[in-house]
Amino acid sequence: MAIFLNEDSKIIVQGMTGSVGMKHTTLMLAFGSKVVGGVNPRKAGDKVDFPGGVTIPVFGTVAEAVEATGADVSVVFVPPAFAKAAVIEAIDAAIPLCVIITEGIAVRDTAEFFAYAQDKGTTRLIGPNCPGLISPGMSNVGIIPNDIAGPGRIGLVSKSGTLTYQMMYELRDIGFSSGVGIGGDPIIGTTHIDCLEAFQNDPDTDAIVMIGEIGGDAEERAAAYIKEHVTKPVVGYVAGFTAPEGKTMGHAGAIVSGSSGTAQGKKKALEAAGVKVGKTPSETADLMREIMKGLAG
Amino acid sequence: MDLFEYQARDMFEAHGVPVLAGVVADTADGVRAAAETVGAGSGGVVVVKAQVKAGGRGKAGGVKVATSPEAAAEAAEAILGMDIKGHTVHRVMVAAGAKIAEEYYFSVLLDRANRSYLAMCSKEGGMEIEQLAVERPDALARVPVDPNVGIDAAKAAEIVAAAGFDAETGAAIAPVLERLWDVYREEDATLVEVNPLVKTEDGSIVALDGKVTLDENAGFRHPDHASLEDTAAADPLEAAAKEKHLNYVKLDGDVGIIGNGAGLVMSTLDVVAYAGETVAAEQGLATPPRPANFLDIGGGASAEVMANGMHIILSDEQVKSVFVNVFGGITSCDEVANGIVGALDRLGADATKPLVVRLDGNNVEEGRRILAERNHPLVSIEETMDGAARKAAELAAAAK
Repeated sequence: MAIFLNEDSKIIVQGMTGSVGMKHTTLMLAFGSKVVGGVNPRKAGDKVDFPGGVTIPVFGTVAEAVEATGADVSVVFVPPAFAKAAVIEAIDAAIPLCVIITEGIAVRDTAEFFAYAQDKGTTRLIGPNCPGLISPGMSNVGIIPNDIAGPGRIGLVSKSGTLTYQMMYELRDIGFSSGVGIGGDPIIGTTHIDCLEAFQNDPDTDAIVMIGEIGGDAEERAAAYIKEHVTKPVVGYVAGFTAPEGKTMGHAGAIVSGSSGTAQGKKKALEAAGVKVGKTPSETADLMREIMKGLAG
Repeated sequence: MDLFEYQARDMFEAHGVPVLAGVVADTADGVRAAAETVGAGSGGVVVVKAQVKAGGRGKAGGVKVATSPEAAAEAAEAILGMDIKGHTVHRVMVAAGAKIAEEYYFSVLLDRANRSYLAMCSKEGGMEIEQLAVERPDALARVPVDPNVGIDAAKAAEIVAAAGFDAETGAAIAPVLERLWDVYREEDATLVEVNPLVKTEDGSIVALDGKVTLDENAGFRHPDHASLEDTAAADPLEAAAKEKHLNYVKLDGDVGIIGNGAGLVMSTLDVVAYAGETVAAEQGLATPPRPANFLDIGGGASAEVMANGMHIILSDEQVKSVFVNVFGGITSCDEVANGIVGALDRLGADATKPLVVRLDGNNVEEGRRILAERNHPLVSIEETMDGAARKAAELAAAAK
């Protein structure tokens, strides 16, 4: 078991024939992810060869790709200006999971396709501006490094890609059920809470690492959720204590506005919910290590 | 990007939102001339308003009513150059005077918590909205707006009803809200706020003061937005970094930071700040070493990107040491190491500050080997992020 993604997941790649799409499709295939098709309206009918003798067909639309392959996951690598149309297409095809890697999508486009997905109710969106998700030993969708960590019983959810890598790498000997990069944009399809709920219900996850950063109040809401609903141990990390007010720190969503969205406020909320919050990524990994030791008895 | 009031006013006008005549000027003479034209329609009465991106201008003396062009010029003399909450006033807007009967509030904004949009409206405008929200929350109507529907006639009617306007006033305001929605959506704003939205004595509705925040990710749809940027106010290092497409924020500190990935770089600043406090406590320093900047070089750090980044960091006179913190995800650490070596070679004698490098992840052994082999006198390699932060803080402290 894992969350959202397992060894049976059949994946199509929107934007597969672009340079980024090609590179990461190659890596996903190398991991063993079941990539079954690409989508590009201008290259429909083409077949693309990948290392290892794998040939992937290109379809004109997501709907055609789903029809032909039975795909249940789509990953979007198309550039920001075209991302909305790509996501709407995935939603129209009622694909259960659509993972949007693209960085720099206008928030209006995200607000519109997110509302559209909510209305349809058949597609879970992850991202945008995220590294994707990995269920080690089963499948990897997006750009998370293949060999970052092996299978295990920790679940991870993070707004940040590189902090996901850092944390999974530090705990690679213990291993992960799933690691989900939810993205650093102001509006994202899947939240900390969605992942916490899924990890809580996943029999193969024993403990959860939650990584947040400045901006918005997703961490505060997650803290309230943890207090009410999560019985598994949760370890937290929040980045951005030194971020000045009113400045966007790399991620479009990472901004302290007035007194809201501060790292201090998020840490406090998490601690009040019983979450141990590390001061540095390494200290956070150590906290998780202790918990896993304790659980192993 | 936040707009100045006069930019918001012009944007409102372009979308059919009723506004008063207004002209921006940056000298007293310019204000005198502007007052002649602007005041013509309002019996000679104009308002001279400081253009700064900060609230509380009125209280600070940044808004003055003038009844003649000469008085307007005098008001401008007093306002130009004034400091309002750390912002120097470089321009004023000369706006036509209005006979205000009532003041209201309206805004539409990105609602991150609900991943949607929210309209807020009140019969009680003029005061700071944060204050109103705290003191009289019932007086502030909050109405969710579906991003795919927007504020149409029905939504506008819902908003004015929720705010408790009488039928006649509500009917006058509703169409203005639809036009403000046009500004919000068509300009890719994340905030459009009118405070106050006024009813004049003759019963017309006017947006008297506006605040607009634009989404920079939507720049591809709005080539004209680039000209709205206040380049003069930008930090010179930030401006130089922007030109090189580097994600850089200047801070007040002495440890330069370069890393990959927004989250990891934010985390690096924090870890350096903690290390700085520890070092200061141990050495009895009055001011602890602090991070000097945020710089995310993103994935695939080429020698050129690395060199550009290092050039920016090293031209910051405050910087005493530099911490390069890279976790190789897809990016391979040997590429990063080559980038660092290439950057140092390219910079030559311009590279004078000690560099602490921590590499981890993909192909880390090869990356460390490349750095060790080059054995640059300024570069030291650390195995852990916490250890490297400490080393960088110590080097900065030693250079103080």
